[in-house]
Amino acid sequence: MTVTGIIVGMHIMEGFLPVGWAAFWLLAALPFVIISIRAIDRLVKDNSKALLLLGFAGAFTFVLSALKLPSVTGSCSHPTGMGLGAILLGPAVMVAVAVIVLLFQALLLAHGGITTLGANVFSMGIVGPFVSYGIYVLCQKTKMHQGVAVFLAATLGSLATYVLTALQLALAHPGVDGVMVSFAKFSTVFAVTQVPISIAEGILTILVINLLLTYSREEIHSLRLGKSLGGE
Amino acid sequence: MKTRRTNIILLVVFLGLILFSLGINKGAEFAGADEQAEEVIAQINPDYEPWFNPLWEPPSGEIESLLFAVQAALGCGFICFYFGYKYGQKGKTAEVSSERN
Repeated sequence: MTVTGIIVGMHIMEGFLPVGWAAFWLLAALPFVIISIRAIDRLVKDNSKALLLLGFAGAFTFVLSALKLPSVTGSCSHPTGMGLGAILLGPAVMVAVAVIVLLFQALLLAHGGITTLGANVFSMGIVGPFVSYGIYVLCQKTKMHQGVAVFLAATLGSLATYVLTALQLALAHPGVDGVMVSFAKFSTVFAVTQVPISIAEGILTILVINLLLTYSREEIHSLRLGKSLGGE
Repeated sequence: MKTRRTNIILLVVFLGLILFSLGINKGAEFAGADEQAEEVIAQINPDYEPWFNPLWEPPSGEIESLLFAVQAALGCGFICFYFGYKYGQKGKTAEVSSERN
């Protein structure tokens, strides 16, 4: 195997998905990107206050995906920061945010890649935020404590991203033992490492939502989704 | 005040979790999870050759850390601007309402 110099990052590396799978994930992600651009357009048109918060959600993702944190497994990975935006602005909006962050990292940091962009957008920008949002809505239905709901949404969304990354790699590289064995191996690398980092992300997301509710309550409550967020 | 206390506790737990991970693995390499994924691919699928290389790679670890710092700084810059702006706005409205009283 050729090791192409320094490649550090947690997304699927450039060239490591065969052409067929790269194309498959690109096509799968494409409709969501179009939906996302429309969702952003609608969000900003309906509510002028949402633009700054969209910037905030993007900035949060930028910071978190630059922080490669140590995990209990002795390797490093980074949080995605997608949960915050998914809870505040809806999951559709976050797809385009993920595309921007992933492009920045693929082009400037050789982290992730252009050929694997579709797969990485699907795991980080689609599965992550939609899982976060789904869990958040479910928690609200059960009238769970708000902090716990935010924590579960952010943590499990971030974890889901890396479970899908492991699955994407397993599907593309089943080896002789088949997809399941391969999935178990990639899961150990990605998903297990991600567990404590996802928990850290969940904690950070509660903290940031608390701060937003202190300084930006009016804006949060002007959002369709933010209405539900209370605080004493 | 209650929120502030909660926030401090959350921050301490966050830092504790990261430091704990760093502390219990004294001899570990702390390599990126993707480097390990490359090893797994090499093991499962030894004939696989990446068919595309990054268009551009940071020429050294130093430049790479520079770009990661830039990424974090851009994000933090916006977040701090946002909170500063809101904090200032909040102070202003408090002033106006106290003048009225």
